[in-house]
Amino acid sequence: MNRWLREGDFLQMKTGIRISVIFVLSFFVGHLVADQLPVVGQKDKKFSVERLAVKVGESVSFANEDPFFHNVFSLSPAATFDLGSYPQGESRAVTFKEAGEVQIECAIHPSMQMVIEVTE
Amino acid sequence: MKVQGIKNAHRNVGAVIIATVVACGVIVENVGRAEIRITEGVGRYILEAGHPSLAEWKLPPLAPASDIHGNALTDLGRRLFFDKILSADKTRSCATCHRPELGWSDGLPTARGLDGKPLARATPGLANVAYGSLFNWDGRVASLEEQALGPVFSQSEMGSDSEELVARLEADRFYREAFTKLFPNQPLNEKQVGLALAAFERTLLVQDTRFDRWVAGESGVLTDSEIRGFGVFIDPNRGSCGTCHAPPNFTDNGFHNIGLESFGHGNPDLGRYKIRPVRLMRGAFKTPPLRNIALSAPYFHDGSAATLEDVIEHYRTGGVVKENLSPEMKVLRLNAREKSDLVAFLKAISNSHVNFSTELALEQQ
Ligand code: HEC
Ligand code: HEC
Ligand SMILES: [Cu+2]
Repeated sequence: MNRWLREGDFLQMKTGIRISVIFVLSFFVGHLVADQLPVVGQKDKKFSVERLAVKVGESVSFANEDPFFHNVFSLSPAATFDLGSYPQGESRAVTFKEAGEVQIECAIHPSMQMVIEVTE
Repeated sequence: MKVQGIKNAHRNVGAVIIATVVACGVIVENVGRAEIRITEGVGRYILEAGHPSLAEWKLPPLAPASDIHGNALTDLGRRLFFDKILSADKTRSCATCHRPELGWSDGLPTARGLDGKPLARATPGLANVAYGSLFNWDGRVASLEEQALGPVFSQSEMGSDSEELVARLEADRFYREAFTKLFPNQPLNEKQVGLALAAFERTLLVQDTRFDRWVAGESGVLTDSEIRGFGVFIDPNRGSCGTCHAPPNFTDNGFHNIGLESFGHGNPDLGRYKIRPVRLMRGAFKTPPLRNIALSAPYFHDGSAATLEDVIEHYRTGGVVKENLSPEMKVLRLNAREKSDLVAFLKAISNSHVNFSTELALEQQ
């Protein structure tokens, strides 16, 4: 076997450990927020739902489940925000303060789109 | 008997252990020889011709053309693409900048404008543009039909005027008849020109490189170096290219700032930020697909990399300008062999020439 094959094997181990760490971390983090907030996942370059209805004052958590970065944002007048980019296992939340239709997109992958309907 | 039995049993256990060790040895050997396993962020690939894990790199067949015109529209588009009638002073066609033999690019760092001066951005190659969804380096246009008219009416590229162009095409017997045949109940208009050009551009497919044949199951078409290069390309801990140049078209259809030196200059091209004013998009450009990339040097939107080796060297440094750099960019630890394997792989996803008869297209003029 040549050198980089063994590196490949090692890589698998390291990734395994990393995945467990992420798993454990996301378990704790998930526990803190998941009970209260609706969570929209980002997986395989898609939002887990295309539409979501929330009430004014409610928050939504955006959880990155892909092994690369996403950058969720909206430029809609009812809610203008930029969550910035974050990796797998992290989530960031937005609170919707105004009623209206909020178009949400990923800046890195514009084919990722969804709508949040905020009502009184 | 009993003792004997136990002895035998011991011997058997021993034999089983030995057999197991040997078997493991064989398995490990086999893994080493035939199956190069590496863990990839978007899945697990086994680097073996035709292995099912590679299927996601196979370009899907395109949805059948929805237009009823079939080849007639494509033929008209081909003729228009090579015809200087589309430029105000009849000095240039689309193919002046998108030259088939240069991977449908122009070999220049940035395109040359009508006045002979360099424009701001490089001419992208058009291979597999049919698989795209947002066009130009900043993705500002969402259809090929609309994109095609951009250069025609741009003052710096072809400088035409809509009315004048329609009048010219109507005055030309070939075009008058061709458009009437295809659009019998409509007056000739610029929209039809866009439809025809886009139909032609959708035929510029590259689906049969040696890499594609390997993915489809042909063994022996890639060298060891090229296969190793693919491994480096998709391995998140080495080349880490596959995150952005994702399967099947070697693009995530996304936008990234890869830290080119030109972003550090006084008044840099902000790229995607002008279309989506989100911080991360400052200096971000579209991830280009890579099939036939060996034909379309120089590289990057600013033409700053003259060769594929220069491209790899740029990525190795993790980007020159770190401001607003894509979080996917990092310093790469690549040795000399891994770098040359990567270059070999990029050539293996390129055909040695474009399968297109320029003479045929030019003859028509
Ligand atoms: C002056 C040289 C020039 C001419 C002439 C020209 N182009 Fe381009 N083309 C470019 C440049 C430069 C870009 C990138 C523009 C940008 O990103 O802002 C481009 C972009 C494109 C793209 C987008 C490709 C992608 O991957 O996003 C297509 C498609 C295209 N041109 C087709 C055409 C067609 C059709 C014509 C003729 C009507 C044409 N071009 C004429 C230079 C040229
Ligand atoms: C962070 C995402 C990302 C990563 C990682 C990445 N690329 Fe790119 N690549 C891009 C983008 C975006 C461009 C266009 C950038 C520009 O011109 O400003 C590009 C351009 C290129 C080009 C030039 C294409 C052309 O038509 O000019 C080549 C070749 C290339 N990349 C190969 C690679 C290789 C090989 C690797 C791994 C060593 C890699 N890329 C890693 C996003 C990425
Ligand atoms: Cu994304």
